[in-house]
Amino acid sequence: MELTKDEEAALDGKHGETLALAYRVLVAIGDATGSDKLIPIEWAHLSGVNYNTIGDAGEEFLSRLSKDAKFKVKTTVNPMGFDFDTVSKYDLDDKFIQKQQGIRKSYEKMGAIPSFSCIPYQIFELPKKGTHVSFAESNAAIYANSISGLKTNKEGAFSALASAITGKSPCSDLRDEKNREPNLTIQMKVKNRDELTYGMLGYFAGKVAGNSVAISGAKNLDMRNCKSLCAGLGTSGRCGMFTLEGAGEKIDFDDKEMQKVRDELETSESGDIITLGSPQLGLDEISDLVVMLKGKSFKKRCMIFCPRAIREQIKNLGYAKKIERAGAELLYDCCICLTPLIDKSNVDAVITNSVKGAYYLRTSNGVDVNLKSLSQIVNEETK
Amino acid sequence: MNVKIIVRGKTKGTLLVSKNPINFLGGIDKKTGLVRDKNHDLFGKNLANKVLVFPFGVGSSVGAYTIYSLKYNKCAPLAMICLKADITTASGCAISNIPLVVAQKQDYESLRDGQQVSLDAVSGKLL
Repeated sequence: MELTKDEEAALDGKHGETLALAYRVLVAIGDATGSDKLIPIEWAHLSGVNYNTIGDAGEEFLSRLSKDAKFKVKTTVNPMGFDFDTVSKYDLDDKFIQKQQGIRKSYEKMGAIPSFSCIPYQIFELPKKGTHVSFAESNAAIYANSISGLKTNKEGAFSALASAITGKSPCSDLRDEKNREPNLTIQMKVKNRDELTYGMLGYFAGKVAGNSVAISGAKNLDMRNCKSLCAGLGTSGRCGMFTLEGAGEKIDFDDKEMQKVRDELETSESGDIITLGSPQLGLDEISDLVVMLKGKSFKKRCMIFCPRAIREQIKNLGYAKKIERAGAELLYDCCICLTPLIDKSNVDAVITNSVKGAYYLRTSNGVDVNLKSLSQIVNEETK
Repeated sequence: MNVKIIVRGKTKGTLLVSKNPINFLGGIDKKTGLVRDKNHDLFGKNLANKVLVFPFGVGSSVGAYTIYSLKYNKCAPLAMICLKADITTASGCAISNIPLVVAQKQDYESLRDGQQVSLDAVSGKLL
């Protein structure tokens, strides 16, 4: 990779160890992805915020890093493990709370906007189309490339962090126009569609796709279906983008393929609790949910995950009251994936409409999963 | 064989060959190095102190922290050999100082589980 004199000096440690480390990461990624130069990025979105995912190693690393690192560009962050406002209601040990607080402080010290959300594309004003950003959260990277017209690779936690510190990223993969053209089309053949089928479509596509994939037969995706597709796609593979125009080899996604995905992810026919919000729900989806829940109440405990940015609106519009009246809990700053609030010691199986949530609940939280679409959940799990 | 160097270093050890890609965050226990994804071909095996051979990393970007945690918890692979190094694996290995190389398809396919190898990720040789 060709570096400028200034970049070379930083890599050699002439501007301090932190910048040297950041450039080492960028050079390794540049070599791995065949990039010849670094280019500026305008916005970094970081993953690696939840103590459950990064552990003591991550907490100590960030604490050390924050002693002298400062983010050079706008930097937003993924959800943490819990919501500080309501954490006392849950049985969570003090060590977790203290470590999570440490991680939050380190990110804020380096200059992060405390967004704690996996849907930055829904809560922040977006830069103009074609702008390079560096998004580590996989559903957000895919959404940014496919829907928002931004350019990012499916970044790793450390690559986005290095981009936040340097304001740069290697110019490779999806940052290069020619790699954004898909050479494989997944043909959506499932007739009855909801966000769960789109999530399973994404999970299927991610396993076979390279950097970019075409999805045919999926026009007019609404926000819920689209987020579900992005999250499923980001979970199973390395794909960072989809288009809705067919190209190249074609593979069908039909009822049979969908059943295979379901068999892989689903381990229970029912569940003790319901979770909604991986990715977190935005204001439109909360408003839809309020309409669907009119006159109903959940038969089981239901946890709904949202970004803090919409908390006041949810309250002021009266949605919070209505959702709580239906027996559900609203949680901010966190999401289904690896939340310590769901543990196999107190939960056997979880009902969710999220394919991404299902994957991590099963593999990381160690609980069983029952997949149901939102309308199925409202029909079957409320009275 | 010649390999492309992504993260430099030298090591000797036993190959652990994975047919499937790896989602480090969901698939690997960061405290022990055990593969805990029941659907993975390495389920129940341990990555610790092995030269890990896998096509590429998939899934969560936080997998980079899992790689760092494996190193911190002294249960990381000695080195990694990929067919196509992805960003999460490359950045995770760079921060953790775990040698990472990419082998060409034919060479990659000749690697066998349990084989003893010597990896020189400074001059780019795997013996």
